[in-house]
Amino acid sequence: MRRSRLTMVAGVLAVGALALAGCQAEPGGGDGDTGGENTGGNEETDGGDGGGEGLTIGIKYDQPGLGFKDGDTFTGFDVDVATYVAEKLGYSADQITFVEAQSANRETMLENEQVDMIFATYSITDTRDEVVDFAGPYFVAGQDLLIRSEDAGDITGPESLDGRNLCSVSGSTSAQRVKDEYAEGTQLVEVGGYSECILQLIQGTVDAVTTDDIILAGLAADEGSGALQVVGAPFSEENYGVGLPPGSPLCEDVNAAIQEMFDDGAWEAAVEANTEGTGYTPNADLNPPTLRECEA
Amino acid sequence: MADFLTVLSEYDIAGAYWVNIKLTFFAGIFALVLGTILAMFRISPVPSLNFAGSTYVNILRNTPLTIIIVFGIAVLWPVLKVEFSDVFAVNFFWLGVLGLTVYHAAFFCEALRSGVNTVPAGQAEAARAIGLPFLDSARLVILPQAFRGAIAPLGNVVIALIKNTTVVAAGSVAEISILMREMVENESNYVYLIFLTVAVGFVIIVVPVGLLATYLSKRLAVSR
Repeated sequence: MRRSRLTMVAGVLAVGALALAGCQAEPGGGDGDTGGENTGGNEETDGGDGGGEGLTIGIKYDQPGLGFKDGDTFTGFDVDVATYVAEKLGYSADQITFVEAQSANRETMLENEQVDMIFATYSITDTRDEVVDFAGPYFVAGQDLLIRSEDAGDITGPESLDGRNLCSVSGSTSAQRVKDEYAEGTQLVEVGGYSECILQLIQGTVDAVTTDDIILAGLAADEGSGALQVVGAPFSEENYGVGLPPGSPLCEDVNAAIQEMFDDGAWEAAVEANTEGTGYTPNADLNPPTLRECEA
Repeated sequence: MADFLTVLSEYDIAGAYWVNIKLTFFAGIFALVLGTILAMFRISPVPSLNFAGSTYVNILRNTPLTIIIVFGIAVLWPVLKVEFSDVFAVNFFWLGVLGLTVYHAAFFCEALRSGVNTVPAGQAEAARAIGLPFLDSARLVILPQAFRGAIAPLGNVVIALIKNTTVVAAGSVAEISILMREMVENESNYVYLIFLTVAVGFVIIVVPVGLLATYLSKRLAVSR
């Protein structure tokens, strides 16, 4: 009796371990082995630079309208731009492996070359520029506020938040910036994710949620009831760039692809498709942005 | 490296660790009190108290701390209106202490119960024989010996508590792990050094606690 129970436990553990191993192996892990085998025949049809292997692209999984994992498919503006650029580099859609690039991991993933490029609401900043390369920018967003529609007349910008409560995700500096620069008397709630902020906003414990306007627009559209809206008075400039591993040879080609996307109307179509129904339009003075020079 | 030290000096790192230490202090005291009461429930001769104690321990011990903390900030505060202060930062701090307390009380209870098991049955029998009721025999005979036998496991719970204070980041308490994320966000060129700094900070806090626990567990052990 005792022995058979032990055997059973061992069996269950072994099955569990197999299942876990299966989970881990499936997404292809990165840029290596899995891509090499199945694409041997494609090399002649490639546009050129790419070679036969697949392309691993880091995106956000949790930002509706930008980078969002919906079952097995990926949707959003970042995903559309990434797919377009990859196509111009000579990779078909099924050669792209999307992996999750959380904010805190992005530099590390690029430095270790776990990904070939990152499209993940990745603002170009000086400190990031020191450790990774950027192509783009392909979009200029701005920090803005998401509010309940009934407050539309009362909250017109960060200055009107004095005495009100503001939500952001922990570790993001956007809420602190509002408190320091615009509204001393605002109280901050920092939670784990934007969905929790939306919950608090609907419940009324906070009066506004802050981050980049296009992210807020996606969240408002995802909430769906029309009870939330973006103020529409951005008070910062965030240049979304394409993160590349340091010294990557792809920068010029990515820039060329983005420029082509601006010129042939695909960029505008992607913006429209992904912000449809949110009433959000990107800042026309800054968009589409002028591309930076690639580092030599 | 000198640049990195300049970057570090721009952030209030000691202040952030101080929040973790305060969380540990208050949650530790409250959880030890609650845990002692629970342990008494569990060793008491009253079946309903036994049941209450073991139900509490089994539920709280098996619920992830993150969920307890998020429950605090997403349900307890906005829906059930449990509010410790009008000032958000103060309110969230005490909600965090509450979450840590109810969670770690279960572990303190079990650590203490392991101490109770080191007390020979003869001690309890002798206490009964001289006519002490349950509460007196627990207070005067069993628990003092149990605490001395449980120093090492209690120390382990305290160490776990210190490290778990970072989980209250999910409850909007501005402690070291939130500061770390902020630093990573702003100073992406020093990601590894930032992680390393925060980790070393915890080692500096935790190692003395571990040494103290080992020392006391030897010093205070009941020699039999």
